[in-house]
Amino acid sequence: MTAPSPGTRPGRPARPADRRAGRQADRARGRSATAVERAPGSRHWLLIVPTALLVLAGFGYPVATIVVRSVTQPEPGLQNFSWLLHDATALEVLGRTLVVAAVATLITLVLGYPYAYLMTVSGPALRGLLMLAVLMPFWTSLMVRVFAWVIILQDHGVLNTVLDALGLGRTQLLGTTTGVLIGMCQILMPFMVLPLFNAMRSIDRRLVQAGMICGAPPWKAFWRVFVPLSLPGVFAGSLMVFILSLGFYITPAVLGSPRQELLPNALYTQISELLNWGRGGALAVALLLTAGVLLAVTAWVSKRVTGKSAQVTGGLEL
Amino acid sequence: MSRRIPLKIFGALVALWLVAPTLVVIPLSFTGQRSLAFPPERWSLRWYETFFSDSRWVADLLNSLQIGALVGVLATVAGTAASYALTRGRFRGRGAVGALLIAPMLVPTVVFGVGVYALFLQLRLVGTFTGFLIAHTVLALPFVIIPVSSVLSRFDTTLERAAAICGASRGRAFFSVTLPVIAPGLLSGFMFAFVTSFDEVVVSMFISSPYLETLPVRMYSSIQRDVDPTIAAAATLIICFTSALIAIALLAQSRRRRVS
Repeated sequence: MTAPSPGTRPGRPARPADRRAGRQADRARGRSATAVERAPGSRHWLLIVPTALLVLAGFGYPVATIVVRSVTQPEPGLQNFSWLLHDATALEVLGRTLVVAAVATLITLVLGYPYAYLMTVSGPALRGLLMLAVLMPFWTSLMVRVFAWVIILQDHGVLNTVLDALGLGRTQLLGTTTGVLIGMCQILMPFMVLPLFNAMRSIDRRLVQAGMICGAPPWKAFWRVFVPLSLPGVFAGSLMVFILSLGFYITPAVLGSPRQELLPNALYTQISELLNWGRGGALAVALLLTAGVLLAVTAWVSKRVTGKSAQVTGGLEL
Repeated sequence: MSRRIPLKIFGALVALWLVAPTLVVIPLSFTGQRSLAFPPERWSLRWYETFFSDSRWVADLLNSLQIGALVGVLATVAGTAASYALTRGRFRGRGAVGALLIAPMLVPTVVFGVGVYALFLQLRLVGTFTGFLIAHTVLALPFVIIPVSSVLSRFDTTLERAAAICGASRGRAFFSVTLPVIAPGLLSGFMFAFVTSFDEVVVSMFISSPYLETLPVRMYSSIQRDVDPTIAAAATLIICFTSALIAIALLAQSRRRRVS
């Protein structure tokens, strides 16, 4: 913001003559202005124009096309949405996608909470190792990771060999939703553990000790003092994981079975194989709406909790 | 403390699950067998030989490297200009524009993929180099804008004003004062943009053709068809490459932190 320079704004209401004089003074200053005097940021917006146009044309327009096609293909109307809400297979896909996302959120929370807790209470060396492990999925490319899970989960793969050696017997993992969840949750772990760790790190652990001094057994002090204080992290991590797991395509395509399709895979089939742009568009709208509503909720809640605007991208920083 | 031993065992198991994929792929690429059996019984380099003697694998690797490098440059330049406007500019709709530029990271890639496919069919950009550059640059922009905006917003603007007082034009002040300070941020932005393009599968699948595809697309179709350990060799090459780049990017970031 520029502070108005003294002399340009008279204290009394400006009369026409004054205003004219002021304008003349402004013009004179404008002519002689150097970079220092010009209002900061006055023309910086020009720099964003090329990038914004590229994203509008290369991202905004394509996504809008798909949304528009959901109500115009094959003919104008809402028939694609009525298909989505009435067709048994489409409803099954929708329901399965939501269930898988919920289960993935639950698994990452149950595994991530103690993991993040261990990170907060351990020494710097162990904490470094645990952090490295949790960032590892970020480092490995998607195709490499999925291929690795094929090797591990296949019928005579590493996991089945271990299960067999433990006397638990072999089971089919590749081509099942269990297999998809094992692969999915691995890459989702950082998005759960990092917000949890951030929340837990800022908790004053003397509060738990205070609870114990007041006579609470350790588990009760933990449950009544520590857990409530870590809830913002639980909430942020869970929403992020849930939103991200709605969009998984490659992992279910390789590790799952075509008979247990998830929404992104159904979307691909509709457009790429059945050339049904309308129904594909309706599936895309469903996906965008669910993710969008949840993102808005996250932004609103984190604004309420932290008093700052949402940092949805925080977990994505490598 | 002894009472934390169960917690530590649990942590070790979860950590093993997180790193397992990488631990499996690298040894498998040196297998002497034709199958994906793990652990391998014999060792050899034959899958690397197969990889480098197959012109299609090599062509796709080169495509990925070229596209990735160009996308890195394009996204870094466009992203830096945008970050500068977003952190310094005072204009209406700044928040909305910022959200638009970050959106490609949050919208499910399959939705973006079908949209771009529809557009590129109309413009005849499917299976073209230009098409890949446009789509990947858009996807990579958030990964430049986030780190560069964060260095720019911490940058002390009095330095720029000092340069202006000394008579430097705004462009001169940017190139000789601001740029050297934010350079590590730009380098990490470039690396992340490169890696984003180099790893991208879903959108690439839609916009590739038999004449032009990238390494991840080839790995995907290869996993679906015949599974042979050449993929493991390709995967190991990717691991080495991206690890090196990310290590450079992180080093640049930690240097930046020390400087500021």
